[in-house]
Amino acid sequence: MINEAYTSEAPKATEWKLPSPRKVAVVCLILTEAGLFSIFVAGYLFYIGKSLTGPTPHEVLGLPVLATIFLLSSSVTIVLAERAFNRDRVGLFKLFWFATIVLAGLFLAMTAVEWHKLIYHDGLTISTNLFGTTFYSLVGLHATHVVVGICLLSLVFVFSLLGFVNIMHRERLQMISWYWHFVDAVWVVVFAVVYVIGR
Amino acid sequence: MVFVFSLFWTICFLHGEPALGKTDSVTNIFGPLSQPAQEIKETSLLVLAVCAVIFVVVGGLLLYTLVRFRHRAGDEASEPPQVYGSNQIELAWTVLPILIVLVLILVTSRTIADIQNRKPPSGSVHATVVGHQWWWEIRYPELGIVTANELHVPASTGSNRQPTFLKLQSADVAHSFWVPQLAGKTDLIPNRENTMWIEPTNPGTYLGNCAEYCGTQHARMLIRVIVQSPDEFERWVRDQQQAISITTSAAEGRRSFFANSCVNCHSIRGTSAQGKFGPDLTHLMSRETLASGVVPNTTENLRLWVRDPQKIKLGCLMPNMQMSDREVDQILAYLQTLK
Amino acid sequence: MATQEIALPKVKEPDVSIIERLHGLVMTVDHKKLGLMYIGTALIFLVVAGLMAVAIRLQLVIPTNTLLEPDVFNRFFTMHGTSMVFLVGMPIIAGFGNYLVPLMIGARDMAFPRLNAFGYWMFLFGGLLLYFSYLGAPGLAGHGSAPDVGWFAYAPLTERAFSRGHSTDYWILSLLLTSVGSTVSAINVIVTAITLRCPGMKLMRMPLLVWLMLVTNFMTVLALPALSAAQIMLLIDRYLGGHFFDTQAGGSAVIWQHFFWIFGHPEVYILMIPAFACLSEVVPVFSRKPIFGYPVMVGATAMIGLISVSVWAHHMFSVGMTSVGNTFFAISTFMVAVPTGIKIFNWLGTMYGGRIRFDLPMLFCIAFLFQFLVAGLTGVMLAVAPLNWQLTDSYFVVAHFHYTLVGGFLFGIFAGFYYWYPKAVGRMLDRRLGLWHFWLFVIGFHVTFDTMHFSGILGMPRRIFTYDAGRGWDTLNLVTTLGAFCQAVSILLLAINIVRSAGKGKLAGNDPWDAWTLEWTTSSPPPEYNFATIPVVRCRRPLWDLKHPEDPDWKYE
Repeated sequence: MINEAYTSEAPKATEWKLPSPRKVAVVCLILTEAGLFSIFVAGYLFYIGKSLTGPTPHEVLGLPVLATIFLLSSSVTIVLAERAFNRDRVGLFKLFWFATIVLAGLFLAMTAVEWHKLIYHDGLTISTNLFGTTFYSLVGLHATHVVVGICLLSLVFVFSLLGFVNIMHRERLQMISWYWHFVDAVWVVVFAVVYVIGR
Repeated sequence: MVFVFSLFWTICFLHGEPALGKTDSVTNIFGPLSQPAQEIKETSLLVLAVCAVIFVVVGGLLLYTLVRFRHRAGDEASEPPQVYGSNQIELAWTVLPILIVLVLILVTSRTIADIQNRKPPSGSVHATVVGHQWWWEIRYPELGIVTANELHVPASTGSNRQPTFLKLQSADVAHSFWVPQLAGKTDLIPNRENTMWIEPTNPGTYLGNCAEYCGTQHARMLIRVIVQSPDEFERWVRDQQQAISITTSAAEGRRSFFANSCVNCHSIRGTSAQGKFGPDLTHLMSRETLASGVVPNTTENLRLWVRDPQKIKLGCLMPNMQMSDREVDQILAYLQTLK
Repeated sequence: MATQEIALPKVKEPDVSIIERLHGLVMTVDHKKLGLMYIGTALIFLVVAGLMAVAIRLQLVIPTNTLLEPDVFNRFFTMHGTSMVFLVGMPIIAGFGNYLVPLMIGARDMAFPRLNAFGYWMFLFGGLLLYFSYLGAPGLAGHGSAPDVGWFAYAPLTERAFSRGHSTDYWILSLLLTSVGSTVSAINVIVTAITLRCPGMKLMRMPLLVWLMLVTNFMTVLALPALSAAQIMLLIDRYLGGHFFDTQAGGSAVIWQHFFWIFGHPEVYILMIPAFACLSEVVPVFSRKPIFGYPVMVGATAMIGLISVSVWAHHMFSVGMTSVGNTFFAISTFMVAVPTGIKIFNWLGTMYGGRIRFDLPMLFCIAFLFQFLVAGLTGVMLAVAPLNWQLTDSYFVVAHFHYTLVGGFLFGIFAGFYYWYPKAVGRMLDRRLGLWHFWLFVIGFHVTFDTMHFSGILGMPRRIFTYDAGRGWDTLNLVTTLGAFCQAVSILLLAINIVRSAGKGKLAGNDPWDAWTLEWTTSSPPPEYNFATIPVVRCRRPLWDLKHPEDPDWKYE
């Protein structure tokens, strides 16, 4: 074949190692998501204090400390789950993985409670004022990512209960965990912007 | 290509001759008749010169290379010497552009600061221009005048400097105020106030357009700036300040005007017509054009406009009021008293 | 020599019906087929949007023309701009990236073939959705049909109060779809270039095209979400009663412009860099010399990518920013000129001392160089904020960006098209028809767009459906329209050439241009698996080393 003509003196193929496609792809996905969030964050920051009518963030927003603790600790449990998985301790893996889902679910539930209070008690909807518009958009965008994360996590959990998850899927689990860390990191930003700076 | 650039120059200078004292309907940015435009032109000429030199040098090099190193018969067998690059040369053609860019940066920043940071001297005229879908509301808050589509300003003379400072606002979507011979454009943006200034020296009528796409009739949102000698401007101000005299003539038209929904959108100072949606009609007949510069303000055009504005400016926000010929004539007669 | 044919057993193509062929296209995950589908679809949209441009020019041929109603005209220029950027430019670069990147790095397919197919179909249906607006947007009587808010859709013209019916929704939703397609395709190209290079192909040995594709797709990944985010906000305004751009409720019209151009300016470079990429492959081969200053070219491209994210507000010099803001964006815009200039000089350095062959791909490159030079210089003029106050939103700007996107992007892409067509089809494009296409296009281009500069200088704003006589615009507009027809004819010739040469063209062989990169080692068209054995490389021009063992590249790198 034609290719052989210049393969003879070339380096051995065994030394040739390139990054995993999956990892590069997920990094790119996270980059583009980060771009999306940064525009929403920029919008939120820009409109702080520009609402023409109430209610203002200071009047109605409480610090979601508990929800934040739930979400951030889910990042810990997913790391523990991964570690258990890599050591082939399936039971422990399932336990921590399930804990992650529960913590994420609790976070969502807390958000739901917060929104319910804002809508029915404080009368703040997405169309009330600029604060409402930017608040529900930014927090909602993040919550959407949490929902997607829960779907991914649950899928893996169901598969693991059915015994379909094995050591071959190590990298895939790692990718879900990367995504999940990203969602948590975004929450730190959202928390800082909405509940600390914006209040 | 070279041809393109030489043409460029020719046009700039040919049209650059300002047509003194009369309406110049060719709105060449290189034929400025007012201060900011003048200064912009001077900066531009420098930039044009720099660009022209770059074009000639790089274009010449390209041409030379193409001719000198073209493939010739008999070259088939051999390949030219393989050169991979040269750090010295790369450095040279990195540093040179940086130097040119530095010069441009200095010139640009100076002009920007010069034009944008100008403070109104005493004696300046202040006007507010409000963009509407597809006409211009013009207010002189200090003089108590409201008019539309034709901005009257005094000429600024050497001994009596009288620049006009404009506040720019919008009632609906984004517009842009552009009268090329007077100044660069500045946008009129809702929920925001921009400023600009002009200082024309020669009386005359200067044409301009809305330069930011603003919907259906963006093309026919024309602005005229009427520069008058200080005396004439004074006279115009006095005329505009007068309340309209209630005449007995055209009484039917007057009734008709107030009975129809004209008053919901239009104002006539000193009457119950206080609509804000359309142009102020107090001194309608003192204006040169109708429908934001679309047609001259003649009896025939005014009749056509009152009967069916859509015939003149399709899509404009004034509806056809479905009036009978008699009503149209009556209202026309009334409007013609608004001198 | 590499020009020898690969002795694959000739299998007679089985007779397949049209249905089966279509089914094959729908089911395919082959990067080459998808690449060609991208380019083919883009060419169809190019013709549609080009015809709109012709209609626009017809309306403007004489003052106070009444050929098109204002709304029809406004829809045409909106659809023309939107289509040309999102349905022609973006898929063409996706197509070139898809087709060429795996072949040039010695891979058998993209990293994610099915994702690749998904990207194409998202783009296609996004495009069809945009055009469906002509049929399916009747909303309120008289407020339906296609989007008419301009391709950058400045708020608040897009808000419910000023854009009733669904036309703006079609604009938002179709672009959101194509953006998803563009994003996944961009990620795919990045991953392929990073992780599937054949043994020996270090990053600094990749063909420049692959490097430039890597940069441009990174920019897509980072910039496109800004548009998507702004569009989602607009959708929230329109459907949930939000106030992001609602100026009545304290919202800002200017922030839409910021968000849009944070995407929009990088977008210009996203389109330009693939054209640079084609030049960086074609110019060396037809000058018979390696690219001058390869590492500098890579660095300059990365610099363009970096700087271009900080220049967006030079589209907004007239919105009333402070003098500090205006100065900052003027400076950053000037800075972009430096790496861009370096690129032009490096192509010049490549040609200097070479033996330049004036084949069709090279002709397009030469025209590109002159036209892009002018486009760059008018760009410098526009970066001078005070001059920009005069020229922005005038026909001068229209001329400037058509110089960039037609005189630059399209000429670069045509160069690549003539260069790789033999590889993709196996037959050469006809030279005589190609020359007609080239010269008519060059003439038409200059007649159309050179004159626009002058209309702009004489104060003609863009996006006007009519103008009055006597403002010095009449003759210029007449000439511009003539040029548009000239271009239309030349594109017709290109279409004829594509179809005719596919059946009757001269057989190309593996390596018709005596080129140096890996795609020319395989057959034309390449087999589905691209390479029988995965090649191994040790320099930037593997085929040069093969053909010139006495003077190989690897000794110099």
